[in-house]
Amino acid sequence: MTAAVVTGLGITAPNGLGTEEFWKATLAGESGLGPVTRFDAAQYPSRIAGEVPGYVAEDHIPSRLMPQTDHMTRLALTAADWALKDAGIDTEELPEYGIGVVTAASGGAVEFGQRELQNLWSKGKEYVSAYQSFAWFYAVNTGQISIRHKLRGPSGVLLTEQAGGIDAIGHARRHIRKGFPAVIAGGVDAAICPWGWVPQIASGLMSTVDDPTRAYLPFAAEASGYVPGEGGAILLVEEAGSAGARSAAHVYGEIAGYAATLDPAPGTGRPPGLRRAAENALADAGITPGDVDVVFADASGVPDLDRAEAQALTELFGPAGVPVTAPKTMTGRLLAGGAALDAATALLALRDGVIPPTAHVTAPAPEHTIDLVTEAREADLRTALVLARGHGGFNAALVVRRTA
Amino acid sequence: MTTSTATVTLADLTRMLRESAGEEEGIDLDGDVIDTPFIDLGYDSLALLQVIGEIQRDYGISIPDDAVVDAETPGALLALINSGRTPAA
Repeated sequence: MTAAVVTGLGITAPNGLGTEEFWKATLAGESGLGPVTRFDAAQYPSRIAGEVPGYVAEDHIPSRLMPQTDHMTRLALTAADWALKDAGIDTEELPEYGIGVVTAASGGAVEFGQRELQNLWSKGKEYVSAYQSFAWFYAVNTGQISIRHKLRGPSGVLLTEQAGGIDAIGHARRHIRKGFPAVIAGGVDAAICPWGWVPQIASGLMSTVDDPTRAYLPFAAEASGYVPGEGGAILLVEEAGSAGARSAAHVYGEIAGYAATLDPAPGTGRPPGLRRAAENALADAGITPGDVDVVFADASGVPDLDRAEAQALTELFGPAGVPVTAPKTMTGRLLAGGAALDAATALLALRDGVIPPTAHVTAPAPEHTIDLVTEAREADLRTALVLARGHGGFNAALVVRRTA
Repeated sequence: MTTSTATVTLADLTRMLRESAGEEEGIDLDGDVIDTPFIDLGYDSLALLQVIGEIQRDYGISIPDDAVVDAETPGALLALINSGRTPAA
């Protein structure tokens, strides 16, 4: 069957703007978590976030797009620009209907939406931006990337909360298999505003610890929930033959396996679906657990969810049977951007033969029998498994494999 | 802001276009654009809706929604604004 490979990466993350800055910081264990600055969070129980540093929108976004884009969409457009540039693809030379765009989303552009709703309530309808008609919309990143680069291939948006970044990449592979040469896929999210904050608080899963080095400690005995972040990754997923024909500058790896499952309804007593997603993704890639060199964990930070994931990993790989890491400890959980960033990080790990660390966690709680990587570890990496769970029962697993 | 009796000039309009909808790369709004269709200046109907909203707020006037489709050029929009002044609702 046609292979789908990744030939371009674009990353906007709380611990680095741009792929190489992010990767350098990630290997060094440098965290981008800190007190919320995008809004006054003093009155909220959770006050720590991962914010993308030093992003000046005007440096990246044309003036015509400024009034009609949220911070989230600007980061997404920037990441898409970088992914295309990294891939060395000139969209002007591509067939107009050949390239699609598939991104993940959570709540849409909530900061823009909140501002315009506040204008409506406090000043009146005359004060609402005409661009509110689409700028808030959860499909807006896909739409704006498609318009900017004149990409009219099969496009869409997937909403499976934190699992979405993987689902978007899996969906991109479907389009490749149908004969399209390339798809821009991934997710970038940014919901660090009151409207984006409150529903997450209501989930009861967010950490309320104020120390950025102690707030998000997945698999640790002191785990207390998660810290949200903004940003994500956009990947250029390309048919292997197309990448070969144009002698693509990079082939980061192959999208070798993908699967998604839904958790059973609460109270049924049936096990959660994460293990099944992982098993199905391995089967899809035609490999066994012994072939996996590293796992990028979902790493919820919520004790019960950490327990469920550690148990699934132990059942699949045996106790401490595979290195497990969670570099998202340095970015926070990026909603629709998180799993896409993990997939990009896994590809960088394959490229350089090094497993990035789980920051701030010195050791997993004794009950979790996993080999948690807490310092960058060199290893001959051929195959990585990336796991993600989205609130509401979504599970997704992705297998990425080095091609050379 | 400007009083509702002031005439809206092309310079006012281009300033507000820049502010509310941005400026297309390669387009010089300070040039001779009075009869250039908005679409050629890089502005779609939403951009016009946005700038008309700003004009209505700043000048305290009301402009019919149809202006977005009826006024195809800056000149036509200015004529519509400056001739058919009605007090804001």
